[in-house]
Amino acid sequence: MTKEEIIQPENLVYQKPSLMNDQPMHYCPGCSHGVVHKLVAEVIEEMNMEEKTVAISPVGCAVFAYNYLDVDWVEAAHGRAPAVASAIKRLWPDRLVFTYQGDGDLACIGTAETIQALNRGEHIAIIFINNAIYGMTGGQMAPTTLMGMKTATCPYGREADLHGFPLKITEIAATLEGTSYVTRQAVHNVAAIRRTKKAIRKAFENSLTGKGASLVEVVSTCNAGWKMSPEKANQWMEENMFPFYPLGDLKDLTND
Amino acid sequence: MAEGEILLMKGNEAIAHAAIRCGCDGYFGYPITPQSEILETLALEKPWETTGMVVLQAESEVASINMVYGGGAAGKRTMTSSSSPGIALMQEGIAYMAGAELPGLIVNVQRGGPGLGTIQPSQSDYFQATRGGGNGDYNVIVLAPASVQEMADFVDLSFRLSFKYRNPAMILSDGIIGQMMEKVVLPPFKPRRTEEEVRRECPWASTGRIRSRRPNIITSLELDSARMEQKNLHLQAKYAEIREKEVRYEKIMCDDAEYLIVAFGSAARIALKALELCRAEGIRVGLLRPITLWPFPDRAIAELGRQVKGILSFEINAGQMIDDIRLATLGSTPVEHYGRMGGVVPAPDEVVTALKEKIIQKK
Repeated sequence: MTKEEIIQPENLVYQKPSLMNDQPMHYCPGCSHGVVHKLVAEVIEEMNMEEKTVAISPVGCAVFAYNYLDVDWVEAAHGRAPAVASAIKRLWPDRLVFTYQGDGDLACIGTAETIQALNRGEHIAIIFINNAIYGMTGGQMAPTTLMGMKTATCPYGREADLHGFPLKITEIAATLEGTSYVTRQAVHNVAAIRRTKKAIRKAFENSLTGKGASLVEVVSTCNAGWKMSPEKANQWMEENMFPFYPLGDLKDLTND
Repeated sequence: MAEGEILLMKGNEAIAHAAIRCGCDGYFGYPITPQSEILETLALEKPWETTGMVVLQAESEVASINMVYGGGAAGKRTMTSSSSPGIALMQEGIAYMAGAELPGLIVNVQRGGPGLGTIQPSQSDYFQATRGGGNGDYNVIVLAPASVQEMADFVDLSFRLSFKYRNPAMILSDGIIGQMMEKVVLPPFKPRRTEEEVRRECPWASTGRIRSRRPNIITSLELDSARMEQKNLHLQAKYAEIREKEVRYEKIMCDDAEYLIVAFGSAARIALKALELCRAEGIRVGLLRPITLWPFPDRAIAELGRQVKGILSFEINAGQMIDDIRLATLGSTPVEHYGRMGGVVPAPDEVVTALKEKIIQKK
């Protein structure tokens, strides 16, 4: 069989989502962001919402998300994405409005905006990449850094006396009246990637049908910040992150 | 209320009514004295049931300004209001709006500072308003109303300037104008723009990428220094154009003036009475009232500086606008300041005495 015979539409099993721009990504090889970006692009495309999507990018590694997805973007100040999204959704109620934020942006500097937007039941979706570290600025301690974990600003490991405890903001989100769907997923293997895609789709659909706020946490790797190979990072995540941040739905009122 | 009817209301209430009537799409704010009537009036009026205007009490001033950032990014006419400490919290968001070139209105009903300060009126945020206030080289268009009528009129004017130049605009008021009741004629009713009109007026806005165009990206970020400098040069060219075209001021009894008082907002109202007292004594004093604090009416003041024997900068602060007057006059005439702080409002006779002691007798 020649190459030309193989490359036929009926044999197509995978393709780049049409909403992914032909733009080299700045993400480190092995980083989870690329996978989640691809899932978001696929879901928007499958929902035919590309002309009605306004996406909000954060400050952090995903600040340049606007370079990679072929939709309208607003880049928010550090931590303020949920406030920006709240306004845009209220002003354009038929749009798909979502934020894409990291742990420092969402669970530290932007805790107030996150909790308040979720609690108001804004019809927005929040994609939350939790890799337990500040990647963009070079690997400092994050609100979600595990106890004992070493970073540039806790080089001897996170200690309660010095640094306090890692924040399970997704568990807090699940207790809020305004949230309809709160889940924690990962993208370390094919099955997890499929589950995360379903979660993103559900969150986006909930926001369009006015069911309130949704939060999709994706427990992620930062192999550069963790100073590990991508493979080792995935393994470390399974062994250390998952016990503290267990995967699965924390709240699902989609069908209520 | 009938169109064109003369009403009696507070400056804060006039802002709220004017917003509803001028096609404002959204208000986002957080309570703080002495401006809470703006949000309260909007909540009472329920414009979401009539014009469709969004009204939201935000969790903080930080969230409020970022909601306005989002509104501007999405091509909508959105506004917030606060008083001095709250406006201080908003400076990051205002800088982001200037950097991303977003329209939006910020109303500052000033109170005395620094810090939590006092709830009494002051004009001590002049520097913050006219110098940008946040990080980076930028300017905000600043309008200073001196009456309840101007509180009402400047809402639509601010939105028009703000969208024309894609730049945040501020109404710099204070607790006197905000709280005082005066007669006012509300502006004529203007409907909110349709989706079609928003897309036409703001083709750059992130409203959803329709097939025919590239995605719109609203950001103030640019890591390439050469490109960031170009962006800054573009902003500076825009500010130069605003300086050229949008200066607004009022001259009162300046034609034969031997002395000049420069005062804005509520201080200009007090200065008017001082002018009357001076004229009754035969002292020929004129008043220049800057309506735009940025851009500042420096040419008009420079011209008067060559005519008069001295200028009194009368401000309800420690002396901030005086710097701009001195820069405008470049030493052509003596310029002195009189003001009170901490929420103390000066009386007209204090201004007369200050003019005599600091300017007239010094000659």
